[in-house]
Amino acid sequence: MGRFWSLLFLMVPVLGVAVFVFAVVPGGIFDNHWLPEDISQHGKVIDDLFMFILYLTGVIFIGTGILLFWFCWKYDAEKNPEPVKFTHGSHTLEIVWSILPAATLLFIAIFQMDAWAENKMAYPTKEDGSKKPPLALITGRQFEWRIQYAGPDEKIGTEDDLHIVNDLHLPVNDKVVLRIQSIDVLHSFFLPNVRIKQDVVPGMQQHIWFQTKKTGTYDIVCAELCGWGHYKMRGRLIVESEEDFEAWYASAVQEQNRTSLNTDSDD
Amino acid sequence: MDNSSAVSHGHGHGGGMTLSHFISTYVFSKDHKMIGLQFLFTTLLWFVVGGLLALGIRWQLAYPWSDMPVIGGRLFSAEGGQISPEFYTTLFTMHATVMIFFVIIPVLAGAFGNYLIPLMIGADDMAFPTLNMLSYWFMWPAFVCIGISFLTPPYGAGGGWTSYPPLSGVRAAAPGSQMAQTWWLLGVTLVGISSMMGSVNYMTTIIQMRAPGLSMFRLPLTIWAMFITAVLQAFALPVLTAGGFMQILDRMLGTGFFIPEGLIVNNAEMMSGGGQPLLWQHLFWFYSHPAVYIMILPAMGMVSDILSCFARKPIFGYKPMVYSISGIAGLGFIVWGHHMFVSGMNPMLGMTFMVSTMMIALPSAVKVFNWLGTIWGGKIEFTTPMLFSLSFVSMFVIGGLSGIFMAATPVDIFIHDTYYIVAHFHYVLFCGTAMAVLGAIYFWFPKMFGRAMNETAGKWHFFLTFIFMNGTFYLMHILGAVGFPRRLADPYHYETFKHLLPMNRFITWCAIGMVASQVIFAANFFYSIFKGQRVGRNPWRCNSLEWFAPSPPVGHGNFDAQPIVYRGPYEYGSPEVDTDHYPQTQPPPEGVEPSDDGHH
Repeated sequence: MGRFWSLLFLMVPVLGVAVFVFAVVPGGIFDNHWLPEDISQHGKVIDDLFMFILYLTGVIFIGTGILLFWFCWKYDAEKNPEPVKFTHGSHTLEIVWSILPAATLLFIAIFQMDAWAENKMAYPTKEDGSKKPPLALITGRQFEWRIQYAGPDEKIGTEDDLHIVNDLHLPVNDKVVLRIQSIDVLHSFFLPNVRIKQDVVPGMQQHIWFQTKKTGTYDIVCAELCGWGHYKMRGRLIVESEEDFEAWYASAVQEQNRTSLNTDSDD
Repeated sequence: MDNSSAVSHGHGHGGGMTLSHFISTYVFSKDHKMIGLQFLFTTLLWFVVGGLLALGIRWQLAYPWSDMPVIGGRLFSAEGGQISPEFYTTLFTMHATVMIFFVIIPVLAGAFGNYLIPLMIGADDMAFPTLNMLSYWFMWPAFVCIGISFLTPPYGAGGGWTSYPPLSGVRAAAPGSQMAQTWWLLGVTLVGISSMMGSVNYMTTIIQMRAPGLSMFRLPLTIWAMFITAVLQAFALPVLTAGGFMQILDRMLGTGFFIPEGLIVNNAEMMSGGGQPLLWQHLFWFYSHPAVYIMILPAMGMVSDILSCFARKPIFGYKPMVYSISGIAGLGFIVWGHHMFVSGMNPMLGMTFMVSTMMIALPSAVKVFNWLGTIWGGKIEFTTPMLFSLSFVSMFVIGGLSGIFMAATPVDIFIHDTYYIVAHFHYVLFCGTAMAVLGAIYFWFPKMFGRAMNETAGKWHFFLTFIFMNGTFYLMHILGAVGFPRRLADPYHYETFKHLLPMNRFITWCAIGMVASQVIFAANFFYSIFKGQRVGRNPWRCNSLEWFAPSPPVGHGNFDAQPIVYRGPYEYGSPEVDTDHYPQTQPPPEGVEPSDDGHH
C-alpha cells in the first residue's frame, strides 16, 4: 500500500498546479476564473506581484511535494531493504535552509515596499503642487453607498454638491481622489477591477485615489461584514469618457434641482 | 444506596459503583486522564455541530435562497425552508466560534495537553489537579452562553467571530439580535478563563514535575509545543479578556471604548462616543494572532512525534525544531497587524507588520524541511496515524505558502476578506490541525482505551477525508483570485462573481462528502472503545514515556514503576541496540557509554 499512498501524495502537486494552470490560462473549464479585468493604472503592479509570488511559492510547492512523494516511495518499509539512516540532523543543512528562505522572504518584503508606498502614501497633486481635492465624498451606511460630489467649487458640504446613491460615475484617465467615511458600522470599499480595497471606519476621515484607464460599468462591493444586509450593499462604478461624464453630471444636477423646494427657484 | 454507603465505598474498588464514586471518577474528576477524555468527547461533539453549521453556509452558497431539502422546513419554517440573510450571518459566526473556541483550542490543549503532558514527562498527574478540573468545568458556562447566543430569537449573534464594533458594540446595528452578542462575549471570555487555568497548570507541570533524567532537551516535541502554547496563552489571553469586558461595557453600560462620536445607526443617533473601532481590532488580534499559533503548534509537535515513530528514525534537527517553535511564538506577538492592512491603520505601521509577517514564514519553513529530513532514509510504515501526519506536512505547505500572498501588503489589498483568506486558514486549521488531531487520536487511542482502532476503516476514513477536503478547500484559492468576498449571503448578484456558482456547487458537494466521511471515524471510534483489538502497552514500538505506562494507565499515579530517563525520545534505529526502538526508560546495554543529546 505504500506505493498507493506515495502516489496519492504526488497528486497534490500535480493536481494543485493543474488547477492553477487552468485558472490562469484563458479558455478551458476555469475560463474567467482568475484576477478580474484590471482597469486601473496601479493594478498591474499588484497583479505582477501576485504572479511573482505565485511562481516563487509554486516552485517550493512542487519541490516539497515531489520530495515528500519520493521519500514515501523510496523508503517504504515494505520495499526498502536498506537500514535506516541513523542521523539526528545536519548543521550545514539547517543553516542552508534557514538562510535561503530568509533571504527570499526579505527580498519579497523589500521588493513590494514601493508598490505599497505608491498605493497608500503617495497623493496626487494639482499643477500648482497643492493636494488634489476629493471629487466626491462616499458615505457607507447600512446598506448603501451615499455619494456626494463636491461640485464646481471643489468643496464637499456646500450647496452645489450633487447627491447620488450607489452609482459612482468617474471620468476615465483622470487621477480621482475620493473621501470615504461611514456613519454607522465598518464597511469596506472594494473595487475588484481597480484593485482598491479600503475599510471605511466610522470616526475616521480617509482618502483613496486611483486612475482608471478603461470605460465601462463595474461592481462596488462591500467587503467588511456590516450586518444582515451586508450582501446587498452593492454599488456600481461607471467609468466614462470626459464628455460623457460632464453630460451625465449636468443632467444629474438638473434632475436634483427639479423640485419646488430648491433654494434657487425660491428667489 | 444511601449516603453512608456512598461515603464508605467512595474510593473502594471491590464494591459496586456508588453515585459519589461515579461522580468523582467520571464527572468532577481530578485525574488528568479523565479530564483529557472529557475534553476529547466534548470537543468531538462540538466538531459535529461546527461541521453541520459549515454545511448550512455551503448550502446557501451553492443554492442561494432555495429550500433546504428534508430539514429546511423544520429549521426555517418561517422563511419557507430557506436560510434568511440574518441567519446566514449567525451561521458563519457560530461556525467559526464553535470550531475555534470549542474544538481546535480545547482539543489540543484541553484533550491532548491534559492527557499527554503528565504521561510524557513521567509524572503522576498535573501540578494542580483541582485547577485542572475547573478548567474543564468552566467550559460548560461558555457552552451555555454561546448556546443562548445562538438560539436567541429571531436569530443569534451575527457579528462574525471577530466581533468588530460598532456592528457588535451598538445594539441597534443588528436589529433583533438583542442580547445575543453580549452572551457571545461572555462565552468567549469564559473560554479564556478555562484556557488560562490550563495554561498555568501546563507550564508548572512541565517545569516542575519531569521524571528523573528528563531534561528539557529530552522532552518530546509534543511537550515542547504544549509548553510554548501555554506561554502564548498566558501572555495573550488577558488582552482579549480585557477587550471583551470593554465591549460588554459598551453594550450594557453605554461606555464608548470602541464607538466613535456622532454615529447614526438605523436612523437613530447614538449617545455614547469618543472611542475608536480600530482599538478593538488591535486588542482582538493581539490575542487572536498568537491564538493562530496556539491552534497549530501542538499539532506540529504531535505530528513530529508520529513522523519519527513511523519513519523509525530520529527526528531530524531536534534543537532547530525547538528553536523554530519558540521563534514562531516570539514573532507571533508582533505580527497581529497583518489582519489590519486595509483597516485604516497607518500604512507605515502596515509596512512594519509586513516585514515581521514575512519573517514568521521562516521558522515554519525550517519545520517543513526537518519533517522531510525525518522521513528521508527511514523505513516508513504507512499506518493510519502516519498517513494523517504525512498529509499534515503536505497540506501545511499549501497553507503556509498561501500566507505569503497576504503578507505582501499590495497583494493583500486585493485578496483581503476574499475566499483566498478562507482557503488559507482552512488549509492551516482543517487540513493541518484537524487532520493532525485525527491522526493523534488514532495514535494515542491504544493508550487511552487499551484497544486499537481498526486500521482498514482508518485508512478509508483518511482517504475519503483527504480527497474531499482538497476538493472543498483548494478551489477556494481560485474563488479568492477572482475576488469572491467572504461572508456574503448571496454574492451572485454582483456581475463580477455571477459565474462562480458552478464552482461553489462543486465545493459544497465535496464538503458534504467530507462531513459524511466522518461517519466512518465515529463508528470506528465507538466500536473500538468496546470491541477493538486489545493491544499491549506499546503497540507502535514507540520510545516516549507514555508507552512505558500500562494501557490504559493505572488510576492515580499513571505508572506501575517509576520511569527513569536515559535519553531523548527519538532514538529509533539506534546502533546501540538490536531493536529498532530504544525507549527512554531502557538503561544502556553493558559497556555502552550513555549517548549524549548533542548533535554532530
